[in-house]
Amino acid sequence: MVGVLLANAASAGDLLAARQQMALSLGWHIVVACFGVAFPIFILLAEWRGTRGDRDAAELARRWSKAFAVLFAVGAVSGTILSFELGMLWPGMVAAFGDVWGLAFAIEGVAFFLEAIFLGIYLYGWDRFPPKAHLLVGLPIPIAGAASAWIVVTANAWMNHPTGFDAATYSATGRVIDVDPWAAMFNPATPVQATHMILAALMVGGFVVASVYAWGWLRGRRARRDRLGFTIAFLVALAATPAQIVVGDWAARFAAEHQPIKFASLEAVYRTEAHVPLRIGGWVSGEQVRWAVAIPGGLSWLATRDADAVITGLDSVPADERPPTAIVRSAFQAMVGIGFLLLFAGVWFLLAWWRRRSPPRSTWFWRLAWAAGPLAVIALQAGWAVTEVGRQPWIVYGLMRVDEAVTTAPGIRVGFWVVTAVYAVLTVATVFVLSGLGRSLRSADLGAADG
Amino acid sequence: MAEAVLGAMWLGVTLYAVFGGADFGAGVWDLLSGRAAAGAPRRALIEDSIGPVWEANHVWLIFVLVFLWTGFPRAFAPLASTMLIPLTAAALGIILRGSGFAFRKTMTTVPLRRLFGATFAASSLLTPFFLGAIAGGVASGRIPAEGAGNLVAAWWNPTSLLGGTLAVLTCSYLAASFLAADAARSGMEREADWFRSRAIVVGILTGAVAISGIAVLRSDARVLFDGLTGRALPLVALSAAAGTASLGLLWSRRYRLARTAAVLAVVAVVWGWAAAQYPWLLVNALEIADGSGSAATLRAMLISLGVGAVLFVPPLLYLMVLAQRGELAADSAAKPEGGSR
Repeated sequence: MVGVLLANAASAGDLLAARQQMALSLGWHIVVACFGVAFPIFILLAEWRGTRGDRDAAELARRWSKAFAVLFAVGAVSGTILSFELGMLWPGMVAAFGDVWGLAFAIEGVAFFLEAIFLGIYLYGWDRFPPKAHLLVGLPIPIAGAASAWIVVTANAWMNHPTGFDAATYSATGRVIDVDPWAAMFNPATPVQATHMILAALMVGGFVVASVYAWGWLRGRRARRDRLGFTIAFLVALAATPAQIVVGDWAARFAAEHQPIKFASLEAVYRTEAHVPLRIGGWVSGEQVRWAVAIPGGLSWLATRDADAVITGLDSVPADERPPTAIVRSAFQAMVGIGFLLLFAGVWFLLAWWRRRSPPRSTWFWRLAWAAGPLAVIALQAGWAVTEVGRQPWIVYGLMRVDEAVTTAPGIRVGFWVVTAVYAVLTVATVFVLSGLGRSLRSADLGAADG
Repeated sequence: MAEAVLGAMWLGVTLYAVFGGADFGAGVWDLLSGRAAAGAPRRALIEDSIGPVWEANHVWLIFVLVFLWTGFPRAFAPLASTMLIPLTAAALGIILRGSGFAFRKTMTTVPLRRLFGATFAASSLLTPFFLGAIAGGVASGRIPAEGAGNLVAAWWNPTSLLGGTLAVLTCSYLAASFLAADAARSGMEREADWFRSRAIVVGILTGAVAISGIAVLRSDARVLFDGLTGRALPLVALSAAAGTASLGLLWSRRYRLARTAAVLAVVAVVWGWAAAQYPWLLVNALEIADGSGSAATLRAMLISLGVGAVLFVPPLLYLMVLAQRGELAADSAAKPEGGSR
């Protein structure tokens, strides 16, 4: 089968273009999709406070729901594109494994349906329902959002941990038999990956929304409603951060056990050996990590809770089965570093709150809170780079390479540039529209105050 | 089993053609609504009638795609590979349509509303064209069983052009009859008349194109032609009758009935296509039995759909009922355009 596919394989340039197009569309969608999970929680929290008499909170919920309507729309359409692209760019994978791993998407469709339906009723029902009933109508939105995140991640987890068919027969003959779609969906990598993703969504959503208010704070917008907006979003992100660090550790240990080459790549372990140090910082150069702080036995301990344990190195597989280690390691370092920085911001906030019942006064805190939004997005992208680039050259770990799955159609590079141009415009337009929305709501405030 | 899954998927195609189609058609009418001032009430009507529902209607497309690649992976792979260009175009159209629509709502100045509105409207025209062209390529047997067919000829051919044109016309017709009914319900008599007269014109045009299309299919898509004039003939006749009836009902201003008849005409033609093409998944290349996934997966899909339907059908119907009664409206209390209009 491999031979047949290589006979009319795509050029290396087309393969790269296909991977870049997928990375771009997924990387774009994942940011917006995070808001689909996190934003409804903020809105409902604000609305819930509003039903208890807090008028600022009630107004905040209404305004946030407008911004969310925009984000949800671009999230819905950018997600649809991915299902087109899976077939257009990776027909080899869809043809061989579509009936193994596709079920998750069918079920995700149900969850997304519920989210879209209730969002339609919620957004257009502010005047139709009494306040408490309206809150109730909104409740399914975050639940369906989290459910669809969970289910869709099962599909990615399957690519890391393919189950639900006879892998030995596939390796030998290229035929997929004994398909069990439920086993594929409930593959062992799902719980850790999906939890990691949902927490990441809460962090990205929370830190980005809080970042907007931190920016406003730095520019003197410090009304009660602004503070409330910051606090709700920041607290949710804050609560997710320590949990994320624990789950991240779980994810790394899971990779160490089930995808040792990915683990070796993200820590740049070139040679299989015992008592491997944990190297923090620095960079990879010529199969060595330079300028890193090394903690003896640290990596062995983190991976197995035994400082003398043996860690499988990249030398255990042929060179063409190793991921590009410099990229994977730096992405991993960025993700972990940002995670701890965000934790630090949260601790700062909590200390101030514990001492004075108010957010920190230091301008440096607000600068950090402002930076936290973009940083959380970078950490999210870095995390996806770790799991996706770290799996290379496989699209289905250990079984199918990306060059076996990619389309043989010509002109993929052209498509990549077209898609890039559209996403660039879309990014600018989304930012422009959201900031314009904020501006016009603020000017409505001024109008109300004057008149 | 494969037939049951295919039937479920085709139900999704039907619902997307009717509801998604009407949303696309509304975008076409937005494009043709005239200058900013004169077209404002029509555009407001369009915005109100598709605003609450378009995202839910859009899910039917996702449903169809997912069912296709999970249930019939060996058909989806060559289809998506061959239709690279129109699928990319439709995908971009879907992005621009959705975001243009959502963006326009938040805009307060005329030039910006015009920019995003034009994006929304133009992509509403292009997307159904490309989707119809893809359907034409499948129905005329231009997709191979494996690999990729001709990347251009597969969708730039007589049947595809017919499919694309009919898709645009049908969407516009559905939308005009839906919007006429919505306008009449809201007491907007002038708008109802505006959509009514256009619905009648487009309806006649659609019928004319469909009839002349018979000749195209005869020479370019023989399998489909034989099916439509053979096994699927009752459905074709039903579609023609319902379409004609809807024109008459529009003429006599019985909008609700006209809308039902228009929907029936579309449903009949969608199922007529399926019946004509049966048992080919990809005409002259792949039959259902050869293209379907494993039995375990097909069973799992039906179970998931059954359970899922219990969850999503009641709220979906509720949303539709609320929208139909005109009880859903954009948030009035904190309108961003407050005061500036």
